[in-house]
Amino acid sequence: METLLSILIGFMIIGALYALHAKDLLSALIAQGIVGYGLVICFLNLRAPDLAIVQIVVETITLVVMVAVVLNSSRKEVKESWNRNKILNIVTSVIIVGFLVYIFAFMIQPLQPFGDHSMRMAQYYTQMGAESTGAANLVTGVLFDFRGYDTLGEATILFTAALGVVTILRSKPKKESAS
Amino acid sequence: MNGMTQIVKKVTQLMSGLIFMYGLYIITHGHLTPGGGFAGGAIVAGGFILLILAFGSKVISLRKEETQTSITESAALLIVILLALAGLFLGVHVFFNNYLPQGQVGELISAGVIPIYNIFIGMEVAAALLTIFLALVIYKEEVAS
Repeated sequence: METLLSILIGFMIIGALYALHAKDLLSALIAQGIVGYGLVICFLNLRAPDLAIVQIVVETITLVVMVAVVLNSSRKEVKESWNRNKILNIVTSVIIVGFLVYIFAFMIQPLQPFGDHSMRMAQYYTQMGAESTGAANLVTGVLFDFRGYDTLGEATILFTAALGVVTILRSKPKKESAS
Repeated sequence: MNGMTQIVKKVTQLMSGLIFMYGLYIITHGHLTPGGGFAGGAIVAGGFILLILAFGSKVISLRKEETQTSITESAALLIVILLALAGLFLGVHVFFNNYLPQGQVGELISAGVIPIYNIFIGMEVAAALLTIFLALVIYKEEVAS
Protein backbone atom coordinates (compact mmCIF):
# COMPACT_ATOMS: atom_id res chain seq x y z
CA MET A 1 0.00 0.00 0.00
CA GLU A 2 2.90 2.36 0.70
CA THR A 3 4.24 1.95 -2.86
CA LEU A 4 0.83 2.79 -4.34
CA LEU A 5 0.57 5.83 -2.08
CA SER A 6 4.08 6.91 -3.05
CA ILE A 7 3.27 6.63 -6.78
CA LEU A 8 0.04 8.62 -6.29
CA ILE A 9 1.78 11.31 -4.27
CA GLY A 10 4.51 11.49 -6.95
CA PHE A 11 1.80 12.09 -9.58
CA MET A 12 0.25 14.75 -7.37
CA ILE A 13 3.61 16.52 -6.95
CA ILE A 14 4.16 16.47 -10.73
CA GLY A 15 0.66 17.87 -11.27
CA ALA A 16 1.22 20.64 -8.74
CA LEU A 17 4.58 21.58 -10.31
CA TYR A 18 3.00 21.63 -13.79
CA ALA A 19 0.14 23.78 -12.50
CA LEU A 20 2.70 26.30 -11.25
CA HIS A 21 4.56 26.55 -14.56
CA ALA A 22 1.83 26.10 -17.19
CA LYS A 23 1.44 28.97 -19.66
CA ASP A 24 -2.26 28.28 -20.22
CA LEU A 25 -4.35 28.79 -17.09
CA LEU A 26 -6.97 26.21 -18.14
CA SER A 27 -4.37 23.45 -18.38
CA ALA A 28 -2.99 24.61 -15.03
CA LEU A 29 -6.47 24.06 -13.57
CA ILE A 30 -6.69 20.58 -15.07
CA ALA A 31 -3.27 19.76 -13.63
CA GLN A 32 -4.55 21.00 -10.30
CA GLY A 33 -7.45 18.60 -10.67
CA ILE A 34 -4.89 15.76 -10.73
CA VAL A 35 -3.88 16.80 -7.21
CA GLY A 36 -7.46 16.81 -5.92
CA TYR A 37 -8.61 13.56 -7.51
CA GLY A 38 -5.32 11.84 -6.63
CA LEU A 39 -6.04 12.80 -3.03
CA VAL A 40 -9.46 11.12 -3.38
CA ILE A 41 -7.79 7.82 -4.40
CA CYS A 42 -5.32 8.21 -1.51
CA PHE A 43 -8.24 8.59 0.94
CA LEU A 44 -10.00 5.54 -0.54
CA ASN A 45 -6.84 3.46 -0.20
CA LEU A 46 -6.41 4.57 3.39
CA ARG A 47 -10.02 3.42 4.03
CA ALA A 48 -11.54 6.83 4.65
CA PRO A 49 -14.64 6.83 2.38
CA ASP A 50 -16.27 9.67 4.35
CA LEU A 51 -13.40 12.00 3.54
CA ALA A 52 -13.25 10.74 -0.06
CA ILE A 53 -16.90 11.66 -0.69
CA VAL A 54 -16.41 15.18 0.72
CA GLN A 55 -13.15 15.67 -1.18
CA ILE A 56 -14.52 14.54 -4.57
CA VAL A 57 -17.62 16.76 -4.33
CA VAL A 58 -15.80 19.85 -3.05
CA GLU A 59 -13.03 19.37 -5.64
CA THR A 60 -15.61 19.21 -8.45
CA ILE A 61 -17.44 22.34 -7.26
CA THR A 62 -14.16 24.24 -6.86
CA LEU A 63 -13.00 23.17 -10.32
CA VAL A 64 -16.31 24.30 -11.88
CA VAL A 65 -16.05 27.73 -10.20
CA MET A 66 -12.38 28.13 -11.19
CA VAL A 67 -13.04 27.12 -14.82
CA ALA A 68 -15.85 29.69 -14.94
CA VAL A 69 -13.45 32.33 -13.58
CA VAL A 70 -10.78 31.47 -16.18
CA LEU A 71 -13.27 31.42 -19.08
CA ASN A 72 -14.65 34.82 -18.06
CA SER A 73 -11.23 36.47 -17.74
CA SER A 74 -8.06 35.74 -19.72
CA ARG A 75 -6.49 32.34 -20.33
CA LYS A 76 -2.99 33.77 -20.46
CA GLU A 77 -0.93 34.29 -17.38
CA VAL A 78 -0.20 37.94 -16.71
CA LYS A 79 3.51 38.56 -17.07
CA GLU A 80 5.11 40.30 -14.17
CA SER A 81 8.67 41.49 -13.99
CA TRP A 82 10.26 39.23 -11.43
CA ASN A 83 13.46 39.84 -9.61
CA ARG A 84 16.10 38.62 -12.05
CA ASN A 85 18.72 37.84 -9.43
CA LYS A 86 18.57 34.07 -9.92
CA ILE A 87 21.48 33.13 -7.66
CA LEU A 88 19.92 34.87 -4.68
CA ASN A 89 16.56 33.17 -5.35
CA ILE A 90 18.08 29.69 -5.64
CA VAL A 91 20.27 30.13 -2.54
CA THR A 92 17.30 31.36 -0.50
CA SER A 93 15.10 28.44 -1.57
CA VAL A 94 17.83 25.86 -0.89
CA ILE A 95 18.44 27.28 2.59
CA ILE A 96 14.73 27.29 3.44
CA VAL A 97 14.16 23.75 2.07
CA GLY A 98 17.18 22.44 3.99
CA PHE A 99 15.94 24.07 7.18
CA LEU A 100 12.46 22.56 6.73
CA VAL A 101 13.86 19.07 6.01
CA TYR A 102 16.08 19.30 9.11
CA ILE A 103 13.14 20.33 11.30
CA PHE A 104 10.95 17.59 9.78
CA ALA A 105 13.56 14.86 10.37
CA PHE A 106 13.95 16.14 13.92
CA MET A 107 10.20 16.17 14.60
CA ILE A 108 9.25 12.72 13.24
CA GLN A 109 11.69 10.83 15.45
CA PRO A 110 9.32 10.24 18.39
CA LEU A 111 6.52 9.15 16.04
CA GLN A 112 5.61 5.51 15.45
CA PRO A 113 6.09 3.92 11.99
CA PHE A 114 3.35 4.40 9.39
CA GLY A 115 0.20 2.41 10.19
CA ASP A 116 1.47 1.44 13.65
CA HIS A 117 0.37 4.40 15.74
CA SER A 118 -0.42 4.26 19.42
CA MET A 119 -4.05 3.52 20.25
CA ARG A 120 -4.60 4.79 23.79
CA MET A 121 -7.68 6.93 23.10
CA ALA A 122 -8.73 5.36 19.81
CA GLN A 123 -9.01 1.94 21.39
CA TYR A 124 -11.90 3.08 23.54
CA TYR A 125 -13.61 4.71 20.56
CA THR A 126 -13.33 1.66 18.31
CA GLN A 127 -14.46 -0.78 20.97
CA MET A 128 -17.19 1.18 22.75
CA GLY A 129 -18.24 3.64 20.01
CA ALA A 130 -21.24 1.68 18.72
CA GLU A 131 -22.53 0.92 22.21
CA SER A 132 -22.16 4.37 23.73
CA THR A 133 -23.39 6.42 20.74
CA GLY A 134 -25.70 3.96 18.98
CA ALA A 135 -24.32 4.91 15.55
CA ALA A 136 -23.21 2.10 13.22
CA ASN A 137 -20.89 4.48 11.34
CA LEU A 138 -18.07 5.13 13.79
CA VAL A 139 -16.90 8.31 12.03
CA THR A 140 -20.28 10.00 12.49
CA GLY A 141 -20.42 8.73 16.06
CA VAL A 142 -17.09 10.36 16.81
CA LEU A 143 -17.88 13.56 14.87
CA PHE A 144 -21.27 14.24 16.42
CA ASP A 145 -20.90 12.74 19.87
CA PHE A 146 -17.34 12.49 21.21
CA ARG A 147 -16.08 15.44 19.17
CA GLY A 148 -19.18 17.60 18.99
CA TYR A 149 -17.26 20.85 19.43
CA ASP A 150 -15.16 19.93 16.37
CA THR A 151 -18.24 19.68 14.15
CA LEU A 152 -19.65 22.92 15.55
CA GLY A 153 -16.34 24.62 14.73
CA GLU A 154 -16.32 23.26 11.18
CA ALA A 155 -19.87 24.47 10.59
CA THR A 156 -18.91 27.87 12.01
CA ILE A 157 -15.93 28.03 9.61
CA LEU A 158 -18.25 27.48 6.62
CA PHE A 159 -20.68 30.07 8.00
CA THR A 160 -17.87 32.60 8.39
CA ALA A 161 -16.60 31.89 4.86
CA ALA A 162 -20.05 32.50 3.37
CA LEU A 163 -20.41 35.65 5.48
CA GLY A 164 -17.06 36.98 4.24
CA VAL A 165 -17.83 36.28 0.58
CA VAL A 166 -21.25 37.93 0.80
CA THR A 167 -19.80 40.94 2.59
CA ILE A 168 -16.87 41.49 0.22
CA LEU A 169 -18.72 40.90 -3.05
CA ARG A 170 -21.38 43.57 -2.57
CA SER A 171 -20.80 45.98 -5.43
CA LYS A 172 -23.43 48.55 -4.48
CA PRO A 173 -24.09 49.94 -1.02
CA LYS A 174 -27.48 49.16 0.47
CA LYS A 175 -30.12 51.83 0.06
CA GLU A 176 -30.90 53.75 3.20
CA SER A 177 -34.44 53.21 4.34
CA ALA A 178 -34.91 56.88 5.29
CA SER A 179 -34.41 58.27 1.77
CA MET B 1 -27.00 34.62 -16.87
CA ASN B 2 -27.73 32.59 -20.00
CA GLY B 3 -28.47 28.92 -20.00
CA MET B 4 -26.66 26.23 -21.95
CA THR B 5 -27.74 24.16 -24.95
CA GLN B 6 -30.75 21.84 -25.16
CA ILE B 7 -28.64 18.70 -24.60
CA VAL B 8 -27.21 19.99 -21.33
CA LYS B 9 -30.67 21.07 -20.16
CA LYS B 10 -32.21 17.65 -20.89
CA VAL B 11 -29.37 15.74 -19.19
CA THR B 12 -29.64 18.08 -16.20
CA GLN B 13 -33.38 17.46 -15.99
CA LEU B 14 -32.78 13.73 -15.90
CA MET B 15 -29.83 13.79 -13.50
CA SER B 16 -30.66 16.50 -10.95
CA GLY B 17 -33.37 14.49 -9.20
CA LEU B 18 -31.02 11.55 -8.78
CA ILE B 19 -28.31 13.85 -7.42
CA PHE B 20 -30.71 15.38 -4.87
CA MET B 21 -31.94 11.95 -3.82
CA TYR B 22 -28.36 10.69 -3.41
CA GLY B 23 -27.46 13.73 -1.30
CA LEU B 24 -30.52 13.27 0.93
CA TYR B 25 -29.70 9.55 1.26
CA ILE B 26 -26.13 10.37 2.32
CA ILE B 27 -27.43 12.87 4.90
CA THR B 28 -30.17 10.71 6.41
CA HIS B 29 -28.07 7.52 6.49
CA GLY B 30 -25.04 9.36 7.87
CA HIS B 31 -25.02 7.30 11.07
CA LEU B 32 -25.18 3.97 9.17
CA THR B 33 -23.09 4.28 6.00
CA PRO B 34 -20.09 6.48 5.07
CA GLY B 35 -21.00 10.12 4.64
CA GLY B 36 -22.94 12.47 6.82
CA GLY B 37 -23.98 16.07 6.94
CA PHE B 38 -20.91 17.55 5.29
CA ALA B 39 -20.74 15.15 2.33
CA GLY B 40 -24.47 15.10 1.69
CA GLY B 41 -24.79 18.87 2.00
CA ALA B 42 -22.01 19.35 -0.55
CA ILE B 43 -23.77 16.95 -2.96
CA VAL B 44 -27.11 18.79 -2.60
CA ALA B 45 -25.36 22.12 -3.18
CA GLY B 46 -23.71 20.62 -6.28
CA GLY B 47 -27.14 19.65 -7.62
CA PHE B 48 -28.42 23.22 -7.19
CA ILE B 49 -25.27 24.63 -8.83
CA LEU B 50 -25.76 22.25 -11.78
CA LEU B 51 -29.35 23.47 -12.22
CA ILE B 52 -28.38 27.14 -12.05
CA LEU B 53 -25.48 26.71 -14.51
CA ALA B 54 -27.50 24.68 -17.01
CA PHE B 55 -30.73 26.67 -17.09
CA GLY B 56 -29.46 30.16 -16.30
CA SER B 57 -31.38 32.70 -14.28
CA LYS B 58 -32.11 36.39 -13.92
CA VAL B 59 -30.23 38.52 -11.41
CA ILE B 60 -33.40 39.44 -9.52
CA SER B 61 -34.42 35.84 -8.85
CA LEU B 62 -30.81 34.94 -8.03
CA ARG B 63 -30.72 37.71 -5.43
CA LYS B 64 -34.00 36.50 -3.92
CA GLU B 65 -32.55 32.99 -3.76
CA GLU B 66 -29.38 34.27 -2.10
CA THR B 67 -31.45 35.92 0.64
CA GLN B 68 -33.27 32.67 1.25
CA THR B 69 -30.11 30.54 1.34
CA SER B 70 -28.39 32.86 3.80
CA ILE B 71 -31.46 32.75 6.05
CA THR B 72 -31.52 28.93 5.80
CA GLU B 73 -27.84 28.71 6.62
CA SER B 74 -28.05 30.92 9.68
CA ALA B 75 -31.21 29.21 10.95
CA ALA B 76 -29.71 25.71 10.53
CA LEU B 77 -26.56 26.63 12.45
CA LEU B 78 -28.70 28.25 15.17
CA ILE B 79 -30.83 25.09 15.47
CA VAL B 80 -27.66 22.96 15.80
CA ILE B 81 -26.46 25.16 18.65
CA LEU B 82 -29.90 25.06 20.31
CA LEU B 83 -30.00 21.25 20.02
CA ALA B 84 -26.57 21.07 21.62
CA LEU B 85 -27.70 23.52 24.29
CA ALA B 86 -30.71 21.34 25.08
CA GLY B 87 -28.22 18.74 26.29
CA LEU B 88 -27.40 21.08 29.17
CA PHE B 89 -30.95 20.74 30.54
CA LEU B 90 -31.71 17.09 29.72
CA GLY B 91 -29.97 13.92 30.85
CA VAL B 92 -26.58 14.34 32.48
CA HIS B 93 -26.28 18.10 31.80
CA VAL B 94 -23.41 18.14 29.28
CA PHE B 95 -23.12 20.32 26.17
CA PHE B 96 -23.59 18.06 23.08
CA ASN B 97 -25.15 15.38 25.26
CA ASN B 98 -26.89 12.53 23.41
CA TYR B 99 -30.19 12.75 25.31
CA LEU B 100 -32.58 10.79 23.06
CA PRO B 101 -32.97 6.99 23.33
CA GLN B 102 -30.36 5.23 21.28
CA GLY B 103 -32.32 2.26 19.96
CA GLN B 104 -30.97 -0.70 18.03
CA VAL B 105 -27.53 -0.22 16.42
CA GLY B 106 -27.95 -0.39 12.63
CA GLU B 107 -31.60 0.72 12.45
CA LEU B 108 -32.48 3.86 10.51
CA ILE B 109 -34.04 5.53 13.56
CA SER B 110 -31.32 5.05 16.15
CA ALA B 111 -28.30 6.83 17.62
CA GLY B 112 -30.33 9.45 19.50
CA VAL B 113 -29.77 13.01 18.30
CA ILE B 114 -27.01 12.18 15.78
CA PRO B 115 -29.36 11.94 12.72
CA ILE B 116 -30.97 15.27 13.67
CA TYR B 117 -27.56 16.93 13.91
CA ASN B 118 -26.73 15.38 10.52
CA ILE B 119 -29.83 16.81 8.86
CA PHE B 120 -29.27 20.34 10.14
CA ILE B 121 -25.51 20.30 9.44
CA GLY B 122 -26.36 19.12 5.92
CA MET B 123 -28.78 22.05 5.49
CA GLU B 124 -26.13 24.44 6.78
CA VAL B 125 -23.39 23.14 4.46
CA ALA B 126 -25.64 23.09 1.37
CA ALA B 127 -26.92 26.60 2.02
CA ALA B 128 -23.42 27.95 2.76
CA LEU B 129 -21.87 26.55 -0.44
CA LEU B 130 -24.85 27.78 -2.46
CA THR B 131 -24.61 31.25 -0.87
CA ILE B 132 -20.94 31.51 -1.86
CA PHE B 133 -21.71 30.40 -5.43
CA LEU B 134 -24.68 32.77 -5.77
CA ALA B 135 -22.67 35.70 -4.40
CA LEU B 136 -19.96 35.09 -7.03
CA VAL B 137 -22.53 34.78 -9.87
CA ILE B 138 -24.42 37.93 -8.81
CA TYR B 139 -21.17 39.91 -8.55
CA LYS B 140 -20.16 38.81 -12.05
CA GLU B 141 -23.56 39.74 -13.51
CA GLU B 142 -23.56 43.15 -11.82
CA VAL B 143 -20.02 43.98 -12.95
CA ALA B 144 -20.74 42.82 -16.52
CA SER B 145 -23.92 44.89 -16.86
